[in-house]
Amino acid sequence: MARVATAAAHRTGRGFLRDIVRVPDNIVPNFFEPFLYLLAMGLGLGAYLARIKGVRYIDFIAPGLVATAAMFGASFEVTFNCFVKMQFGKIYDAVMSTPLTIEDIGLGEMLWSTTRSLIYGTVFLAIASSFGVVHSWWAVLTPVAVALTGMMFSAIGLSFTAVIPLIDYYTYYWTMFITPMFLFSGIFFPLDRMPNWVQVVAWFIPLHQAVDLMRALILTGDIGSAAAAAAWIVVVTGALFVVPMNLLHRRLVK
Amino acid sequence: MSDPVVVVARGLTKRFGQFEAVKGIDFHVDAEQCFGFLGPNGAGKTTTMRMISCSSPPTGGELTVLGMPAWVDGRRIKRRMGVVPQENNLDEEVSVIDNLIIYARYFDISPKVSTPRAEELLSFVALEDKRDWRIYALSGGMKRRLLVARSLMNEPELLILDEPTTGLDPQARHLVWEKLRSLKRQGVTLLLTTHYMEEASQLCDRLVIMHEGRILVEGSPRELVAGHTSPQVIEVFEPPLDAEAGLAALEPVADRTERLADRWLFYTGDGDALLAKVRALPLDPSSVWLRGGMLEDVFLSLTGRGLLE
Repeated sequence: MARVATAAAHRTGRGFLRDIVRVPDNIVPNFFEPFLYLLAMGLGLGAYLARIKGVRYIDFIAPGLVATAAMFGASFEVTFNCFVKMQFGKIYDAVMSTPLTIEDIGLGEMLWSTTRSLIYGTVFLAIASSFGVVHSWWAVLTPVAVALTGMMFSAIGLSFTAVIPLIDYYTYYWTMFITPMFLFSGIFFPLDRMPNWVQVVAWFIPLHQAVDLMRALILTGDIGSAAAAAAWIVVVTGALFVVPMNLLHRRLVK
Repeated sequence: MSDPVVVVARGLTKRFGQFEAVKGIDFHVDAEQCFGFLGPNGAGKTTTMRMISCSSPPTGGELTVLGMPAWVDGRRIKRRMGVVPQENNLDEEVSVIDNLIIYARYFDISPKVSTPRAEELLSFVALEDKRDWRIYALSGGMKRRLLVARSLMNEPELLILDEPTTGLDPQARHLVWEKLRSLKRQGVTLLLTTHYMEEASQLCDRLVIMHEGRILVEGSPRELVAGHTSPQVIEVFEPPLDAEAGLAALEPVADRTERLADRWLFYTGDGDALLAKVRALPLDPSSVWLRGGMLEDVFLSLTGRGLLE
């Protein structure tokens, strides 16, 4: 535990400097993506739709887009950015010749990508709230939910990064994992009138749980279903937490 | 200073699956000396360096660095050690000075302390006017010097350099050597690998020659030349066919003869006497050259002339 704390301090207080120096190049562009969806789908498509589950279409999709912002924020970082640092820049090799170990580096990357998702998710929510999409006081807990979501996708993405030999393999990650989740996790249409098997499958989809969590906090205020989804994410993240560190160790310590 | 002996290895072994890269080597490195690992590619030099720098766990044997067991006490060892890697791993995405300051952060050195130190080290390696440059704009020699500066950010007692001048032009190489000598004078122990014999003779107090995972010989450059090759060498470049019989007749006079595709080499203790005999043969005088024995002769006689990759 002391080691984890040291490692966390190293990255949050110190190592982040590298990434913070790079904020203008690296972080700013990704802010726009969820807004494009909010505007195009929420206002554009929403103008042609009747109410969905009793609310405006933009109210329905905005919480899901908060979850998406968290997922994308973490995923970009632990996939392309980490792979480039590790494989092309050999940055991890450099850091491993300092008192830090590969486990510290993995943990640092997860904390930083979680921080990124926290930034994206909360800024997105703040701006989206000006469209009147926040309907529950439970929304104050959104940053916690965003951080949980970000941590979960950090662990998943970093594990993938630790095992792939070539950067091209991200095509599989994005087109077969991230994009289908984005489309079929109940962000743009409700899943509860789908056949039963769809809902069973959906229960296992990480983003679907995050969408349920955000929607409960921001739209419905149904704290029971928020707690269930949060518990799912905590359990899965806890189970996956050390996986990327072990895989990175196997890859880089020879 | 602390210990008089900085690195001790006994029966040090490293295996990668079935392949044994380092086969039970013994050596020790004294404080404030420059110790060299020479050897052809694949000899096990880098693997040994990686074990010493606690980047790679030893498979067997004992390895003590700065009085602590390597790998096990990696964190504490690395705090007092600097590493210049073989491959450039500077952070291409931040400036020259930020490379140093951020690296220092991993040693818990605050920017307040590391910024003036970084400025000082940049002028030490003659890069002070490149302070705010991006890495991609630097030449190979500048990157190498910056790696040396970065390795000094934590004021190490032991500096590990893996082929510090590979790929550099002579000017840059001499500048790096000068800096390394000045660090040694300041009391830093240097440990380097190289396959440049001149580099080893110039810098190393003691060295080992490694081949196929084993240490073949150990000593100072002078001792190795004295003990493992003849004091003088006569080289005859591209002798005409009609002189070859005459050259062959001289073979028994030399300690050892080598016939290569483009020249003959006579290793001898009495260069002048043998040179007179060679000169008597029908040879272009400018194709005959008498020189002293060198570390390179030791190296090639021990590790062979074939490509070893």
